[in-house]
Amino acid sequence: MDAAVIQLKDVTKVYRSGQVQVHALRGISLEIARGDLVAIMGPSGSGKSTLMNILGCLDQPTAGQYLLDGVDIGRLSDVQLADIRNRKIGFVFQNYNLLPRTTAVDNVAMPLMYARTRVRREKALDALAAVGLADRADHKPSELSGGEQQRVAIARALINDPAVILADEPTGNLDSKTGLEIIAIFQRLNSERGITVVYVTHDQEIARYTRRIIRLIDGHLAGDEPVARPMVAELARVAPTLMGG
Amino acid sequence: MRQSIRIALHALVANKLRAVLTMLGIIIGVGAVIALLSIGEGAQAAILQQIEDIGSNLIFVVPGDFRAGSTFSRSISTEVLTLDDAEAIAQPGNCPSVAAVAPQYEHGGEVVYRSASLYTDLIGTTPEFQEIRNYVPHIGQFFSEQDVAAAARVVAVGADVAEELFGSEDPIGRIVRINRLPFRVVAVFEKKGTSAFGDTRDRVVVMPINTALRLFGRDATSGGRSIVTSINVSARDDAHVEQAIREITFLLRDRHRIQTGTDDFSVTSQKDIMDLTASVARVLTTFLAAIAAISLLVGGIGIMNIMLVSVVERTREIGLRKAIGARPSDILTQFLIEAVILSLAGGVVGILVGIGLSALVNLSGAFMAKLSLQAIGMAVGFSIAVGLFFGIYPARRAAVLNPIEALRYE
Repeated sequence: MDAAVIQLKDVTKVYRSGQVQVHALRGISLEIARGDLVAIMGPSGSGKSTLMNILGCLDQPTAGQYLLDGVDIGRLSDVQLADIRNRKIGFVFQNYNLLPRTTAVDNVAMPLMYARTRVRREKALDALAAVGLADRADHKPSELSGGEQQRVAIARALINDPAVILADEPTGNLDSKTGLEIIAIFQRLNSERGITVVYVTHDQEIARYTRRIIRLIDGHLAGDEPVARPMVAELARVAPTLMGG
Repeated sequence: MRQSIRIALHALVANKLRAVLTMLGIIIGVGAVIALLSIGEGAQAAILQQIEDIGSNLIFVVPGDFRAGSTFSRSISTEVLTLDDAEAIAQPGNCPSVAAVAPQYEHGGEVVYRSASLYTDLIGTTPEFQEIRNYVPHIGQFFSEQDVAAAARVVAVGADVAEELFGSEDPIGRIVRINRLPFRVVAVFEKKGTSAFGDTRDRVVVMPINTALRLFGRDATSGGRSIVTSINVSARDDAHVEQAIREITFLLRDRHRIQTGTDDFSVTSQKDIMDLTASVARVLTTFLAAIAAISLLVGGIGIMNIMLVSVVERTREIGLRKAIGARPSDILTQFLIEAVILSLAGGVVGILVGIGLSALVNLSGAFMAKLSLQAIGMAVGFSIAVGLFFGIYPARRAAVLNPIEALRYE
């Protein structure tokens, strides 16, 4: 574990809705080391979505500093933010956010298009293989189960070798068994490839599979503790050999 | 770029009916513009062809000042041309640039053959008429100077007249009745076909001018002189048309004792009339095409409308694309290309529709519509421009969407 990939220094976020000012984040300072597996937890309204948006470079702090891989995000333009999101961040959403009528492989390849990469299909197939879906490459999302769709989304998040994968309630739409399979994939990616994974969740169950839990309440950091003995999810359906990459 | 086009096609194919309906405005607009332009172009070409057919050395002298706009009131005007005017023009030495003169007295009348009858234009003239106006007998022989002098009751008829009155019978030598008087048919003209303006040059009945003047004597005299409706003149050749017009004008001014002010007659060349007609046709075509182009505008608004709907519908997709690294310009390009593909596809289909409509006009046989590459190029250019112009606003709306809100959009 070398230098921190994420560094927040006294980050605040204030939204203005009409006359009212909403303080979503009230001075958050934390570091997440490269290769860590972290859960950010908190009840709704705690500011965890806001934090997730800032970590994902979809939004910029009102005050304070956010360094991602050493780059000060607060100073970047829209275009630079788009490029940072493309190269350094992989998003996984609760509802998968795959494009309908578009095959799995094309969904996975989409970030490569915005990275102006020429050879896309092969890389996308590799990423699909890494989540055990090589044989589903040309299926459309409607032909895939929820768990499979989420795996496609993970492959899409992986494709540009991001510094961080941000997963927003990644198992929220899945039954517990399928959810565990997704967790297992994240764990393998983390342990075998050293990819930093940050969950944003209110699910205690998922948190037990991480190494560190950060708690937010009312925009404040309310807790930050390591998990004594992280649980390991079994990869029931994904053959271990596929995880080699 | 190729990828953007593929995405756009994807999005359009996903909503085929909507895409087609949206294109319809452009299709109609472009189709109408193309059809009208090619029809107009064809009409002009037909008119020019007619000028060549008739010969450009033809000159008309008519009473009233054409240019002063009195043509329409000619029938009630007191300004007249007389047979003497025509003879003066024909007199050797008076107008050296003039080759031949044929006065013409025109009157509507009924021609009866047994139980068949038709109401048509009766023209009294001299034998020169056939060469000046290029009315060549197909069968029989045109009447002679002697027939004119004797006011013989003979007629030469147009092809349509012959067909309607006599059917399959041989018209030569048949007796028809005009104003109850018997006339012998001596010639049938070659079929000339319909002109670009749809008038029927084959529905004429031509007789010696003295016969006509006698037949309609009461209408045809003014102060004891025989009046004519117009005087057909041919110049020695194309190059002498202007000179001949000048000579006739001076002669008639002298004869009518006109010193200043407006003439009581007009001298126009066939070419002038055709040119005028062609330019009227051109203006009309342009005007109609401009009206049709409004449909393009409406089509463009339709595209803008559907693109705005599409942006709202695909808010989440836009949010996702932004989250995974699409720059605002990427989103802008994507939607702009979609709008341009819509309008360009509409334009291409519209061109095909226009070509089809032109072909339909050709089938009708009046004249050949002329498809100009220029018009097609313009249509393509306009379609792209419409797509860009009306696509830019929705595309900008998509490009500036906040990714967080877009992702949250239900």
